[in-house]
Amino acid sequence: MTAPYDLNDDSVVVIIGSGAGGGTLGNELAQKGIDTVILEAGGRHEAHDFINDEWDSFGQLAWLDKRTTSGDWRVAKDFSGLPAWIVKAVGGSTTHWAGASLRFQPGEWKALTTYGAVEGANLLDWPITAEDMAPYYAKAEDKMGVTNTHGIPPLPGNNNFKVMEAGARKLGYKRVHTGNMAINSQDRDGRTHCQQSGFCFQGCKFAAKWSTLYTEIPKGEETGKLEVRANAHVLQIRHDKDGKVTGVLYADADGKQHVQKARIVAVAGNSIESPRLLLNSASSLFPDGMANSSGQVGKNYMRHMTASVYASFDKPVNMYRGTTMAGIIQDESVHDPSRGFVGGYEMETLSLGVPFMAAFLNPGAWGRQFAAAMDTYDHMAGMWIVGEDMPQESNAITLSDEKDQYGLPAPNVHFSDHANDIAMRDHAWKQGMAVYDAVGATQTYPTPPYPSTHNLGTNRMSAEAKDGVVNKWGQTHDIANLFVSDGSQFTTGGAENPTLTIVSLAIRQADYIAEQMGQKAI
Amino acid sequence: MTTTDRTGGVNRRDFLAASGKTAIGAAMVVGSGTLLMPAQGWGMELKALRPETMATMIQMARDIYPHDHIADRYYAIALRAHDDASVDDDAKKALLEDGVGDLNARAGKKLLGGATGDRSYLDLGWEADRVAVLHDIEDSDFFQTMRGSLVVGFYNQKELWPKFGYEGASADKGGYIERGFDDIEWV
Repeated sequence: MTAPYDLNDDSVVVIIGSGAGGGTLGNELAQKGIDTVILEAGGRHEAHDFINDEWDSFGQLAWLDKRTTSGDWRVAKDFSGLPAWIVKAVGGSTTHWAGASLRFQPGEWKALTTYGAVEGANLLDWPITAEDMAPYYAKAEDKMGVTNTHGIPPLPGNNNFKVMEAGARKLGYKRVHTGNMAINSQDRDGRTHCQQSGFCFQGCKFAAKWSTLYTEIPKGEETGKLEVRANAHVLQIRHDKDGKVTGVLYADADGKQHVQKARIVAVAGNSIESPRLLLNSASSLFPDGMANSSGQVGKNYMRHMTASVYASFDKPVNMYRGTTMAGIIQDESVHDPSRGFVGGYEMETLSLGVPFMAAFLNPGAWGRQFAAAMDTYDHMAGMWIVGEDMPQESNAITLSDEKDQYGLPAPNVHFSDHANDIAMRDHAWKQGMAVYDAVGATQTYPTPPYPSTHNLGTNRMSAEAKDGVVNKWGQTHDIANLFVSDGSQFTTGGAENPTLTIVSLAIRQADYIAEQMGQKAI
Repeated sequence: MTTTDRTGGVNRRDFLAASGKTAIGAAMVVGSGTLLMPAQGWGMELKALRPETMATMIQMARDIYPHDHIADRYYAIALRAHDDASVDDDAKKALLEDGVGDLNARAGKKLLGGATGDRSYLDLGWEADRVAVLHDIEDSDFFQTMRGSLVVGFYNQKELWPKFGYEGASADKGGYIERGFDDIEWV
């Protein structure tokens, strides 16, 4: 019962992107009876189409359009054309995500106040508070079926978790559990429970992990108020002489271009494509790009302080069996400047299959030391480390000299670590290795960051129009009927995996859009 | 001091050459397009690269990712795409042929103390000596082309995964919920 809308229907809300932000917003608006069209650049692959094979799945789901990189981050050297590991498909990166669903801590909503000014960092308090967000977090957790919330039981711990948990307990860590995961621990919402397949990153073939692909999107479609148009790659946002947004130009699967008119446009293409689209929509009225009077579009690119630790043991672990990220140590997620940095980090179980372990354990490495580590693959345990990184104005998405398949400037992703990021990573590597040493690791491996999965901050939220791109509702300061609905809104990143916050913001934004439409304000 | 030779007094290389074959390391080259590994029971037809070049590339691949419990043929399978690509890509072919030529020249210098000769990379008996040569060319296009293709092409062979203890796809078997996702006993 999908609702096909006419290209000339200028009453619709057009959402660009169908992931955590766009997919959620689309369903929330449709549930309120608002006519909504989601334009998704990628194709539609249902859960049964997903592939239990790392490289084949990567080919099916990953966003592989032209991108360039710069800065001193190692990704620019090892994966120069692949700054981010995110998705081009209906469902966006909620097909690929691991499911970790943590709330921001109260102090993280006001990073500047909590940490004080940090040299070289462009810190700012969010214009919203923990109290503002609490009811929306509760709605999002219920919607997504997050374990250890709303009476939803935890997931069982797998082999990889048991190793990490034992090491954590020996080190004296207390906040150790199988996580707050948007993965069904019991049948819920018409979806089965986790079958421990171990391919969370490749799209859950059992649909046990929440993804907009088989939750928000079909629910929205069932209302008859949501159309999801796949293979519709938005190239430009259009506006009238008053600067009001009127629609978007997109290319279909055959490269044919169309204009979809719109009453409101919401941009949710993830933190590389969203600012790129605003920059590529520059016009005589908006010569620096759309919604960019602050000059902050594309700036303050954050990717979380990340790293991994893998460890080899004298006995088998088989870490790849079971839920990839159902395991967490939270003791280091607090703000404790005595460690030599502001903000905190989470330690979460992680495993890769042999193909991706070879690619990511120590990119570029070769020789007997590397091969010896690979030889212990089934005796390995692994964790991912994710912490708050500092927003820096110089870390930015800009338009590259190189062009994409449509002849438009590709995005360049520039990133260099802040000293705080480096200090936090060094601390996290040391603690992660200590966890495994405590249970008898024979080798530990401090693994560098992967291409970014958490891309944040490039259209940031601010109280004052001069400091950011959107207001506390994700509405652009400059254009009332233009919204940003993805992680690019983030003022700061917090230590937590961002999806739960993106979904919560989208639910909240839908309420605001409906209210503003009702008042005919937009 | 006397020595014995299992080929009966004739140098193995000369013997093979006399019979239309040449030996290169453990490999045997037949004609201009076939590489045989007699002791391992396999061979490969080359479409564009010289068999001698492929034999050297196989050793180089093993030196880049040395897994002693994995046979040469898996390295060869990972390298086959280079031969296929070289059929229509002269630049690629030249990169590989010249790269191996350079590798042999460097090995020859190492063996002969500065002079070049007909000694090759495969004549360097110890892995450490070959690796020392590889470190000298680590930043070259040739080396990075080899390493970059191997890190995917070698480790992405499903047939190899059991040798690393990796079970591959699981959804078709119902995941691991009944198959040991939490069966660890030592922690």
